[in-house]
Parts: sequence; C-alpha cells; structure tokens
Amino acid sequence: MPALSLTRKLEILSDAAKYDASCASSGGERRNSRDGKGLGSSGGSGICHAYAPDGRCISLLKILMTNFCIYDCAYCVNRASSHVERARFSADEVVKLTIEFYRRNYIEGLFLSSGIIRSPDDTMADMVRIARTLRERENFRGYIHLKTIPDAAPELIEAAGKWADRLSINVELPTETALAKLAPEKDAQGIRRSMGEVRLRREASRETTYRGRRKARFAPAGQSTQVIVGADSSDDKAILTQSSNLYASYALSRVYYSAFSPIPDSSRSLPLIRPPLLREHRLYQADWLLRFYGFDVGEVASKGMLDLDVDPKLAWALDNRGAFPVDVNRAPREMLLRVPGFGTKTVGRLLAARRHRTVRYEDLTAMGAVMKHAAPFITAAGWSPRGLTDAAALRARFAPPPEQLSLF
Amino acid sequence: MHEVILPVVGSAAAWRDEARALARAGIRAEDVVWRVGQSASHLFAGAAPVPGPGREIRLPRSALATIDTALHHSDPERFARAYAAVLRLSDGRARWGDRSDPMIRRILTDAKAVGRDIHKMHAFVRFRELPSDGPRRAFGAWFEPDHPIVEAASPFFAGRFGDMDWVIATPTLTARFDAGRLSFSATPPDQRPPEDATEDLWRAYYASIFNPARLMVSAMQSEMPRKYWKNLPEAALIPDLIREAPRRAAQMQAAMPTEPPARRAMVARAMAQREAVEPPPGTLDALRAQAAGCTRCALHGPATRTVFGEGPADAALMIVGEQPGDQEDLAGRPFVGPAGEVFDTEAAAAGIDRAKVYVTNAVKHFKFTPRGKRRLHQRPDAGEVSHCRWWLDQERQLLRPRLIVAMGATALAALTGSGTGLMKRRGGIEAAADGTPVLVTVHPSYILRLPDAAARTAAREALRADLSAARRWLETQAV
Repeated sequence: MPALSLTRKLEILSDAAKYDASCASSGGERRNSRDGKGLGSSGGSGICHAYAPDGRCISLLKILMTNFCIYDCAYCVNRASSHVERARFSADEVVKLTIEFYRRNYIEGLFLSSGIIRSPDDTMADMVRIARTLRERENFRGYIHLKTIPDAAPELIEAAGKWADRLSINVELPTETALAKLAPEKDAQGIRRSMGEVRLRREASRETTYRGRRKARFAPAGQSTQVIVGADSSDDKAILTQSSNLYASYALSRVYYSAFSPIPDSSRSLPLIRPPLLREHRLYQADWLLRFYGFDVGEVASKGMLDLDVDPKLAWALDNRGAFPVDVNRAPREMLLRVPGFGTKTVGRLLAARRHRTVRYEDLTAMGAVMKHAAPFITAAGWSPRGLTDAAALRARFAPPPEQLSLF
Repeated sequence: MHEVILPVVGSAAAWRDEARALARAGIRAEDVVWRVGQSASHLFAGAAPVPGPGREIRLPRSALATIDTALHHSDPERFARAYAAVLRLSDGRARWGDRSDPMIRRILTDAKAVGRDIHKMHAFVRFRELPSDGPRRAFGAWFEPDHPIVEAASPFFAGRFGDMDWVIATPTLTARFDAGRLSFSATPPDQRPPEDATEDLWRAYYASIFNPARLMVSAMQSEMPRKYWKNLPEAALIPDLIREAPRRAAQMQAAMPTEPPARRAMVARAMAQREAVEPPPGTLDALRAQAAGCTRCALHGPATRTVFGEGPADAALMIVGEQPGDQEDLAGRPFVGPAGEVFDTEAAAAGIDRAKVYVTNAVKHFKFTPRGKRRLHQRPDAGEVSHCRWWLDQERQLLRPRLIVAMGATALAALTGSGTGLMKRRGGIEAAADGTPVLVTVHPSYILRLPDAAARTAAREALRADLSAARRWLETQAV
C-alpha cells in the first residue's frame, strides 16, 4: 500500500472527527507569549476562526490521531466493521499541523481524539505524548482539548490533565441500555467513573498546599461530554435528566448534543435518518434553561419530548399561564428569568434600572428584550396585556403556520 | 468654535487628554469641532467660544473603558458624542448604563459594534509566511475591518504570536510587530502578502470537517458574513461545498449497509481473549466484584458506582453508615467525605484504628437529586434499604464481626428491622437478625448538619463516647 500524503491523511482524519460537536476554546488558564519564548495565548472568550457551511464553527484543529478502531459502535463512522479508508498520523505530523495552522491564525488550538488501537492505555499514551510535545518542545501556549479514553490508566489521565486545557469523555447515548445495544464495548459505568476521577483531580489541583502554593494544574478549562440524539428511542426528558445528573455529579462545563447524522458506510443495525437538527437545537435551549434560568427537567420536558414549534421557555410559559403576567417593576429575579423573550442580560439590566426608576414598556426593547415574545406575559408602566395572556389563540401567534400535508 | 485635531495613530488616547483639558477650561460640548488627521476650514472657525465653569471629569471605571472602545467606531461624530457624554455624566445629568438615554445608548451600541469588529478581526486575520532573514519567522496579513480598530485589536496578536514577527495591513493603518515591539503607521499602497502553501492544507481541512448532511448556510453567514470572504483562503470553496452537499447527503442515505470486513472478526477474537481475572468465590473480594454491577434498585442509574465496604476480612468491628455521599461516590470508597473526616477524627480519639475495622454502608449507591452544579443528598427509602440488605447481610456473614456499630437510623433499620427512636436507643447494644450485637449511635453527618457550634461539640463528644464504648466492649468481651 503506498504511503498516504499528509493532505490525504488530514482529509481522512478530519472527516472522521467531524461528528464530535465540541468546539469550545474558552475559559481555563490565562496564558500569552509576550515574553517572545513561545507561541500562543488562551483564556477569556474563545474565538471561532471560520464557519463551515453546516453552520458549525471551526475554532480548533479537530482531528483523530487514527481512525483505526477495535470498538464497533453502530453509530460511528470509524467502527471496526466499517469500510472507510483508514489512516494514522505520526505524532510529529499532528504537532506540525497544529503549529503551522496556529501561526497563520486559522485555529485556537488542537482537539485530539482517536480510535482505540491495541488498548485504551496505548492510545491514551500516544495522545498524551502529542500534547506534551506541543507544550514542551514547541512551547505551545494555545488551547488543547484531549479526548479521554475511558478505562485508561490513572497516571495517563493525570498526564493528560497536566498538558491539556480540557478533557472530555463522551457518554454517547442517554441510557445504559442504549449504550449496551449500540456500543457493546463501551461501559457506561466506566465512563462515569472516569468523569468522577477527572472531577476529583480538578478539585485537588485547585486546593493550595500548606505553604500556600498551588498544586500542578489539571484540565483548567474543565471537562465536557457529548450525547448523540436520535440514534436510539430515548425521549428528550431522558436526555435532559442525564444531562442534569452529569452537570451535578461531575461539574461538567458542557454537555454537547449531536443529532445523529448520516455517515458513509452505515451499519445494518442502525438505519440512517435525516439528522434531527431542530430537536438538537431545542435540547441546547433546554440545557441553557436548566443551567442559567433555574428550570427543572420536569418543568421543561414535562411531556417527554420538547415542543418543536416553539422554544422550551415559551412552551413552559404557554402551559403555565397562571404564573403570568409578571410585573417587571416588582417581580423577583427568578420570575423575570422565566419570562419568554428575557435573557439573563436583559434581566440584569432590568434589575439595575429598577433601582432608579419605574421601567416602562419602551425601555424593555432598549434593554435587549424580545418584545414579540415577552409582551403577552408582562405588565410594565404603560403596558398591560389584558386578555392576551389567557387568549386561546396565543400559541398560534408564535408557532409556525400549519402546513397542508402533500398528497403526492 | 474650538477645533481639536487628533492624530491618526493614537487618536483615542489623544482624545482623552484633550477632553480633560477642554473640560477643565470649561468649553461646552457644542463649541468643539473634532477632527482626525488634518484641519478643515469650518464655517464658524475663529469665533472664540465663551467658556463656562471648568471641572475635572470623574467617571466610573466601566464607563471609561466602554467610551474608549466606542471611540474606535467609524462614525465621524464619535468624539463629539463622547465629549458631550462625559460632561453630562460628570455633572450628574446622565447615568451610566441608562439605556433609555439616547446618547448613552448610542455609545453602548457603538462599543458593542466595535467589540464585534475586533472579535472578527481576531478570528479572520489570515497570516501568510514571508521570507525572514533573522531567527524569528515572519508573517503578513491583509485585513479590512469596518471600523478603525487596528490599534485596539493588535495587542491581542502581540500576546498570541510573541515569538514571530508579523505585519497586519488594513486600508488605513498597519500594525507591525518586530522583535517584540508593536508599532503602527499609515499603510503604504499594495500590502497584500504572497501565497502560502499551507493554505492548501487548511482548505483540505475546511472541506473535510464540513458535514454535508447538516447544511445550514444561514447559520454560517450570520457569523461569517460575505464581506469577510474575499480575504479568507477557505471561502473560495464554499459555493461548491454548498452545491454538492444535498447530493452527497442523498448518496450516504441511499448506500446500502455493508458487510463487515474480514478484519472485524480478527479484532473481535482478540478482544474476547482479554478476560478479567475473577476473584475466588465466597470471599469479600468476589462479593465486591458482584456488587459492582448491582442493578437491584433504581439507584444505580444516576450514581457513579457501587461503593462497597472496605477493611480487613478478619475485622472484629464492623461500622455501618447510611449511604455513600458525593465524595464517596466519586472515589468509590466509604467514609472519605466530610462525614468521613468526622468519623476518622472521633474514631482515632476513641482509640479505634480505622485500618483494623470494616467500614460499610447500609445502601451502596448514592441517592441524590441534581441541583445545578451540586448533588443534594436524599435519604434512601425502605425499599432501597431492603434491596441493599442483600449485600449487607452477605458482608456480615462473610466477615462475622463480634460487634457492629450502626450509625444513624438507616443503618439501624437495615440491621435490626427498625430505625425509629434513634436518640432514645443510642448508646445501647441490640441484636441484629442473626444475633450479632449492634451498638447504636448517630451518623457523623448529623453532627455536621447541627446549626449550633456548642451542640456540634457536644454531639461529637457523644459520638466519641459511643465509639469508646464499642472499643471497651470488644476489649472486655474477649473471646
């Protein structure tokens, strides 16, 4: 077999990596290279350097070290039983690509994942070596995100956390049963155990020693995970219940939702579907409500599936009209956060303005509120929704118009 | 009319000095004409303004930073507006952050537009390698921002590309980073850098990371508007990628699933050979391995793992708590969290060596409700306790301890069948179902929950006394 060119390898191994949704490059340690002895900076808000026509941002060089894999996960393009072309980067090739792309300001850093070759430990050790070379030999101070292989040895996880900004382990599916069926070699408990270990190590690294010194850094930008949506029959409530458990248990920075998307060379056990992109979008919205707006899973997903026609906050407000209208001049923060069309920034501005004067309807637009959504649910100086809050046709104002099914 | 000429480089900083001087001199906002670069004859030039009362400008720090950002907007009125605003803010005629005030609101929206433009410059500048004669590599870029932001946006590049020399040219100003020094100058004509071979690799990456099955052109364009495309090497690929996407997605859908290649069977065989070594049956280790996969009740779902008991297999004393907590669940060991610390301290004070006792819980999985980034402990119900007795009873049978200490009502219920009236029963010795003596005491986490410091101290002492009683009982009731 002729050796593959670097370009061909890059094509194969980035094509294999594109189903991972994680793209964050924010948070973590503040670093720069003003001293002239290294390359790169990180910390603060992340930067999306380009956008692909699928609307996803490109902020990191997202590649697999290799797409050879001994696991056979039905949803995955790289599963052992797939016929896709296989390739493997050498450590130096990954380092070179990262540095050359970074110097031209194409990327924020590296997102390195891998198929499992030989054993979890061997694979993890190779990935750690790449991260270490970037940091030690190239003095690279940009962002590194390493995919952690569950069941890898603790000392490899420790080393990974030392060189990387973020670690992630994908839970892949919303339930243990689904995982056992579609990814027989993966172990839900093992994945959770690894996440627990990462959390403990992160907490330990933030404690100071008795002399007041900080311990060695460990994954300063936290850990994240990904769930595939639509490959199994779990409903949105199951997915969000799992997410809220993960946020509470392992202090995750993010749970990414990835609509199950057609892959080349599909598996017999998992027929391809059109990716449920709107469902994925609603899950992200609900995820935000859980984390920043004080909602419970039972509230946003009371019906099992999220409403595809209207966003989850509006859906909740339409189902709980008894709680509205809310007086923007008196209501507590928790209730203001539940008003459709009000974001956390709007609520912050509203509370600040309330200290000085009565807030009028016209002021709310200037504060960033989406009044089309908010108007039926609030009262303000100069505005009362009257019967609008309880109008039977209120939902129709927001939902897309019904469509005649095609006869052909 | 008072005319102020600001320099092209450093105009924001110059504005700050001029604004302070004008305010001190009592010049009204409507009497100043601000210009950048050169003077222009003004209709009323020459008529000297009548000064009002002078004052020092005092502003909140956040206001100063935002006004400074807004000064990088392309609006020619920005300097006049900023001067009028600082006078009004300084006199208390306007309140910073008040979005119902049109002037303040305009400054805030200008600053936001500038911030976005700076962010896009950080994202979309594309360097190309230039020949270099020194040890530092050299790169150049051409960029066209909407606003005059080069000075505000360049320190970011200096912090990021510290070990290389670079030039970013824009239609007006050029930023130059040479041997660690950042400087600005007017842009000479024709500053676009030459082609760079790495751009082909970058284009290969861009085309491959795109998923044709989820085409969303509007989402891309809202974040990467067309106006930036002409200076992005990858943007030339976009029309073709969009055109081909539906066909590629349809092709994936239409392709029939394939049979696994021969390699698959080999891999599966190799995987099957890796079997774990099982501990001998009838030992605590075997029981622990069995319990690791326990699904007898629903608690295994959200919990991380089974937290089994630990300690020597010949321990005379067995300690039973309620259930693992947050820390125990992560670490997989009983009594390592805050309650575990209380237990360790008091046990040591009572003369009990933790390494010589067997410590376990009545329920082996952590029961909790998620609340944001925390897990709130929930007391296991009778059903869960009785499901988990399956493990506790076997632990006790294998261990055959001479004395069991039941800490808290849950442990007491699991061992004796009833957990009521704990405070009346504490300190007493009862019998487990199989007759093993059970000493009753409180759970250490009860002590942590007491709000009053004096009550906590008293409760700690009482726990220590109970543990001492257990130690004495073992010493006096020698076999």
